[in-house]
Amino acid sequence: MAENEKKHDPEKEKRKIQTVSRMKEIMTDYYIEAKGARENGRKVAWITSGGPVEPLIAMDVIPVYPENHGAMIGASKMGAQLCERAEEMGYSRDLCSYARADIGDAVAKTGPIGGLPEPDMLVCCNNICGTVLKWYETAARFFNVPLFILDTPFIHREFTDSARKYVLSQIYEYISFLETHCGRKMDYEHMEEVGRLSVEATQLWQSVLDTCAHKPAPMTAFDAFFHLALIVTLRGTQVTVDYYRQLLDELNDRIDRGIAMVPNEKYRLLWDNLPVWYRTRWLSDKFAGHDAALVADTYTSAWSGMLPDITGQTFLEAMSETYTKVYINISIDRMFDIVAGMIRKYDVDGMVMHSNRSCKPYSLGQYDLRQMIMDRLGVPTLIIEADMVDERSFSESQIDTRIDAFMETLKA
Amino acid sequence: MITAGIDIGSITAKAALIEDNRLLGTRLQFTGYNAQKAGKAVLEELIAQTGVQREQIALVVSTGYGRNSVDFADKAITEITCHGAGAHFIDPETRFVIDVGGQDSKVIKIDAAGKVLDFAMNDKCAAGTGRFLEVMARAMEADLDDFGEISARAGNPASISSICTVFAESEVISLISKGETRENMIAGIHESVASRISAMARRVGVTEPVMMTGGVARNPGVVRALGKKLRVEIRVSPHAQLNGAIGAALLAARMQQAA
Repeated sequence: MAENEKKHDPEKEKRKIQTVSRMKEIMTDYYIEAKGARENGRKVAWITSGGPVEPLIAMDVIPVYPENHGAMIGASKMGAQLCERAEEMGYSRDLCSYARADIGDAVAKTGPIGGLPEPDMLVCCNNICGTVLKWYETAARFFNVPLFILDTPFIHREFTDSARKYVLSQIYEYISFLETHCGRKMDYEHMEEVGRLSVEATQLWQSVLDTCAHKPAPMTAFDAFFHLALIVTLRGTQVTVDYYRQLLDELNDRIDRGIAMVPNEKYRLLWDNLPVWYRTRWLSDKFAGHDAALVADTYTSAWSGMLPDITGQTFLEAMSETYTKVYINISIDRMFDIVAGMIRKYDVDGMVMHSNRSCKPYSLGQYDLRQMIMDRLGVPTLIIEADMVDERSFSESQIDTRIDAFMETLKA
Repeated sequence: MITAGIDIGSITAKAALIEDNRLLGTRLQFTGYNAQKAGKAVLEELIAQTGVQREQIALVVSTGYGRNSVDFADKAITEITCHGAGAHFIDPETRFVIDVGGQDSKVIKIDAAGKVLDFAMNDKCAAGTGRFLEVMARAMEADLDDFGEISARAGNPASISSICTVFAESEVISLISKGETRENMIAGIHESVASRISAMARRVGVTEPVMMTGGVARNPGVVRALGKKLRVEIRVSPHAQLNGAIGAALLAARMQQAA
């Protein structure tokens, strides 16, 4: 097979999403602001990716996401080196690579942005995994800062009334925690305004993802992995709403002009689990080489799945359910319903599951889910084994063969 | 019309020539470190051996882990698809292929036409592959070719619990020091390989008849252990190591006909 040529390709230029440059500006400003927080008398909170960020925004606290930073480390191919640093400190190689890379960088400060701005407080929500509890406890000791833990019960069947009350009572505790450590009261009107912006951004994000229901898709999941950053870190701000409106306009314009991300899109695939951050380009080229577009994924849509229903209740009240019902905090039957809905909506031909060595709650059950998808929906499904950040867990020739073989069966 | 299939595995390189759905000849030799050279050499040897002219070969398909290094091949197709086609050619009744090679093991479910329905491959680990058996043979100071026969005499297979090749080797060494018999240890090694493969096969769901291919299929000890574990009769391909190359040559013929 021919080597990938890295020449200037006008065809490829045409397919580039222009809004990308705006994202880079926003993220740069955001990290500069967070890094200069102390000089400007502002507070920084570290928060888990599925944690309720809106109260922080309402209290003018800058949210910083170690997991987003972990993704940056992965994309910068610094994962193995920083994970090794944490392993030298005694952390097991079986521990999540986001946790290892961040812990390694908190000490070494040799990552892509020279270490995250240090936190004044920590907010940990276990709706995404149990690892974050111990990770944040370690960070609380290391930085000697207060830690708030929001415990969201796992949803086996329904979101019960007692669960609602349990989580809501913690949300009010969370607000008192912020009031104590910021030294002022929450402005509840402002909180609702932030909530309204969060809902608006989330709706826009869903609309962005929905453009891929169009054939051919104007972007792929590999683009969604990139554009996701703001809905994770800065939902509840005007800048995020404006950004997604701009992106949505561009994608709709691409649809009007017939610009596809994969030039000869023939096969439409659904991706499951986190991206392989250090191999997104390779995987994207690999699938495009088979005329296959990853038109949707369960990961980036998890944030639009958090869209709260605010009819008849305040945003804070709605948060209780929203943050408990995230994709990986639900039973496999509910996961199947979501996946089946996506398979129909985006009209996919096959599914690719990343069995992610780091993310146990996401990867556990994938074989059962795969069987359900194949038996009930007849959709061929491939599992590839890798890790989101630690490139030592990626075997190129094995994954290459699996993808080629899978595409051969789809084409046959 | 004559077509060729070349299968570059981690240990051996294989070639097969097919003429009008009939096997003309096959060849197997060590891959060595240079997969590109190995592909060229094995085809040249096979040409010399069969007396076929190079110009008579209409199309070449390469497969195996080194499939993309065979630069003169017209197309590279994965071993999954090739093994499906090869097994169907050898025995059209086959509905499930278990292929265990040097560094890969895979299971493939096929339909009545030899088309792949589903497959699974071993993860990044040499347990349950030919390499595992090679390492164990070295630890036991036994010839791998005798493994099957020796294990048939085992009274009570030893339990090898580690799934890691390196740790399993030290486990075997400690069994030796405890005075366990070679027969029992080798039988235990076969059971260990069989449990890895059967777990993978069950993930896909076994459909009979089952054919076993790949170098490890030549070891009756593994075949026996695997059959027992899966509770199925396992048919060993008479061309166990050549199945991928044969499949590649057949797919080349199919491509040529379609063109």
